[in-house]
Amino acid sequence: MAAGVATWLPFARAAAVGWLPLAKKTMPKPPVDNSSRSDEILYVNVSGVRFQTWKNTLDRYPDTLLGSSEKEFFYNDDTQEYFFDRDPEMFRHILNFYRTGKLHYPRHECIQAFDEELAFYGIVPEIIGDCCMEEYRDRKKENQERLAEDTEANEAMDAPLPPHSTPRERLWRAFENPHTSTMALVFYYVTGFFIAVSVIANVVETVPCRPPKGKVKDLPCGEKYQLAFFCMDTACVLIFTFEYLMRLFAAPSRCKFMRSVMSVIDVVAIMPYYIGLVMPENEDVSGAFVTLRVFRVFRIFKFSRHSQGLRILGYTLKSCASELGFLLFSLTMAIIIFATVMFYAEKGTKGSTFTSIPASFWYTIVTMTTLGYGDMVPNTIAGKIFGSICSLSGVLVIALPVPVIVSNFSRIYHQNQRADKMRAQQKVRMARIRMAKKGTTNAFLQYKEDRALGDRDSDSSALCVRNKSAFEHQHHHLLHCLEKTTNHEFTDELNYSELCITGSVGFRTSRSTSLSSQQGAPNHSTGCCPRRVRRRAAMRLANSTVSVSRGSVQELDTLHGKGTPGPPQTRSSLNAQINLKLNCGEQDFSAAIISIPTPPANTPDESLPPSPAAIQGGILRNTRATAYTPGAVKISSL
Amino acid sequence: MAGCTTRCRQGVLKLIQSVQRLLSGSLAKDNTDDELEMTTVCHRPEALEQLESQTNFCKQELQILYRGFKNECPSGVVNEETFKHIYAQFFPHGGKFLHHHMCFSEQISHGFVSCVADASMYAHYLFNAFDTTNNGSIKFKDFVTGLSILLRGTLREKLEWTFHLYDINKDGYINREEMTEIVKAIYDMMGKYTHPALKGDVPQQHVDAFFQKMDKNKDGVVTLEEFVIACQEDEIMMRSMQLFENVM
Repeated sequence: MAAGVATWLPFARAAAVGWLPLAKKTMPKPPVDNSSRSDEILYVNVSGVRFQTWKNTLDRYPDTLLGSSEKEFFYNDDTQEYFFDRDPEMFRHILNFYRTGKLHYPRHECIQAFDEELAFYGIVPEIIGDCCMEEYRDRKKENQERLAEDTEANEAMDAPLPPHSTPRERLWRAFENPHTSTMALVFYYVTGFFIAVSVIANVVETVPCRPPKGKVKDLPCGEKYQLAFFCMDTACVLIFTFEYLMRLFAAPSRCKFMRSVMSVIDVVAIMPYYIGLVMPENEDVSGAFVTLRVFRVFRIFKFSRHSQGLRILGYTLKSCASELGFLLFSLTMAIIIFATVMFYAEKGTKGSTFTSIPASFWYTIVTMTTLGYGDMVPNTIAGKIFGSICSLSGVLVIALPVPVIVSNFSRIYHQNQRADKMRAQQKVRMARIRMAKKGTTNAFLQYKEDRALGDRDSDSSALCVRNKSAFEHQHHHLLHCLEKTTNHEFTDELNYSELCITGSVGFRTSRSTSLSSQQGAPNHSTGCCPRRVRRRAAMRLANSTVSVSRGSVQELDTLHGKGTPGPPQTRSSLNAQINLKLNCGEQDFSAAIISIPTPPANTPDESLPPSPAAIQGGILRNTRATAYTPGAVKISSL
Repeated sequence: MAGCTTRCRQGVLKLIQSVQRLLSGSLAKDNTDDELEMTTVCHRPEALEQLESQTNFCKQELQILYRGFKNECPSGVVNEETFKHIYAQFFPHGGKFLHHHMCFSEQISHGFVSCVADASMYAHYLFNAFDTTNNGSIKFKDFVTGLSILLRGTLREKLEWTFHLYDINKDGYINREEMTEIVKAIYDMMGKYTHPALKGDVPQQHVDAFFQKMDKNKDGVVTLEEFVIACQEDEIMMRSMQLFENVM
């Protein structure tokens, strides 16, 4: 029920006295009204701004937060007020809703912030008053479109290839996003070039060339160099056909592809050539054939794959279909009216060009669009008057729908600009996100070491905990518990990929004593991070303190050699390197190095096994033994 | 003939005026000016103490009532449309605009008239009963006076008020037509969906029963005295009246 209705309830109940003389039965007992009649003032503190209102005001809408008993959860006994840690500016609007019964949408606020506030206070957005509803809906739709586009842009364009894609899928991706591989880019530019060549050839064909020897009249170039043009045309059509067939083959849904606009344009572009091949050189048919050649100009529309501006224009026209329809309709009406008037005005004059009403259509169109060719002019005074009215109204009628179309185009164009900018900034954003993630992982790893250190040496642990908030402590403890549960360890991306290299390397070059489950390992490890590994390896060589290149098992030895000095140094230098990513893809691999929580030998030096794979394990055990208490990760030498 | 010439002259004058306004480009403005004038009517009630002495409410109750009243009608007066709108919201089956949506599908089959339930007629009579000064609007004083009688008044006052409600043309007598109107208005508030279904002659029967009870001297009209006496004799009604004490 609406706001004020609650206040009129006593009145309605009083008015019921008027029914009593007519009542045949006794009235039921009225409900007992427990609430005190005297109204009280409530204090609502929203982030420091104190609002005061009557209790009755808030009780008007019992299905919202403030009107129900839910607000008791926010009651602060010490200060005798309701405290909400929300935006006081927004709360003003919410409270006004209770007071006036109408919810207004403040135009300068972000639509999402407003929605969130409404959701918090339990108010349904549908009750926004009519004065603000349109604005609210427009903004909301705009926002949703923008978000949908953003997610689309995030997913679509530069997403890395899914690991197991068939050639067909890869081909389709190459066609849709030419930037993914060099081959696709080359193909893209080649087709673009041939489209241009084809269009220019079509145009130049008709230019008159100097006549060949013996003739006087100018010939169009197309007939003079017929063979050359034919060859060029053939080449272009071959390329286009090839492209079309490839696209058809690669398309995930062939029916959908065949119905799409671009494929229709492709077909229309190449069809005339084939029809021309098939058709005989017949006089009757060649007229139709000539018409078909006109369709070759549609090849220029193939450029819309290459040019985004064209696509935007096409999309704008499609979205403004109703405005265009209105423009067309109103113009048609005006044309008919004025043509009729002009015809009858000029009917009497001798030699008038206004021979019929359809003939006057031409005059009206030319006049309304202010072209004024001058091939038809009115001679009578009445005709001139109506002609001038016609041209004035033409300007008006055309000027009306044009701004709508323009604003639509502007909106779509800006949206596209934004999408492009977002895509361009994508890499930067992804890098930033990766850094942030690495930061948290590093923090966690640091925490583990600090804890281990702290377990042994309580003095230094105090130093390490200084920069952590209570939340971080709890968070890291939680992650640690998860590690214990699953018996795997966290590490960051780089170490993971490196480990894949070293793992694959180690297993390939290791001899007998390596893992029984090794047979699948090399393939798996290359499989788990193939491309990234190669790339990362190249990148990381420069950065890593201890360089691990492919196939250099010897360096592991040197690693080992450096590994012996005291714990802090080794740990810091090897930290980036040797924190194992134990969930590196496949089970076999990880099973090999997974911890079996039996404590290793106490002194690091004694327990060095000879084999290369185990060297790595030994090093690990080395550091681990110093870093962890028994019961922690242990490398089993298999 | 004379009327014709005056009307022609008036029409010509108006035409000249509108042409003038067209030329000076101020055609639209006058309409808005007129509209602005109409909405700036405002009315303030009498002082709180005065109202307190004139009615049976205490100060706090008057304050609460006025705050609600002012919130709904910032201009200080309720006109009939607003009144009907407010009253219609209490009766979901009443009110044309609400019911219109509900029985749209039935409109096609049954026709609009049969399914419209309407609190507006009864609201109209109520409005007239509250509007003691008969100027088409209820001010706060009228409102509070009426409420005071209905909620805190003596039995006699309540019965008098009810009599005035039923007496549509305020001539001091309730005749059959008036009673039928009232009863029909009340039944209209029920709407179409009742159990048992409303038949056409039920209001009439109700009116007959009423007159049977009230009209002592069988002269076809009910006077105030007859009404009061008959009601006081009616046990059911007295009991119901008790229940409606302290509704506020």
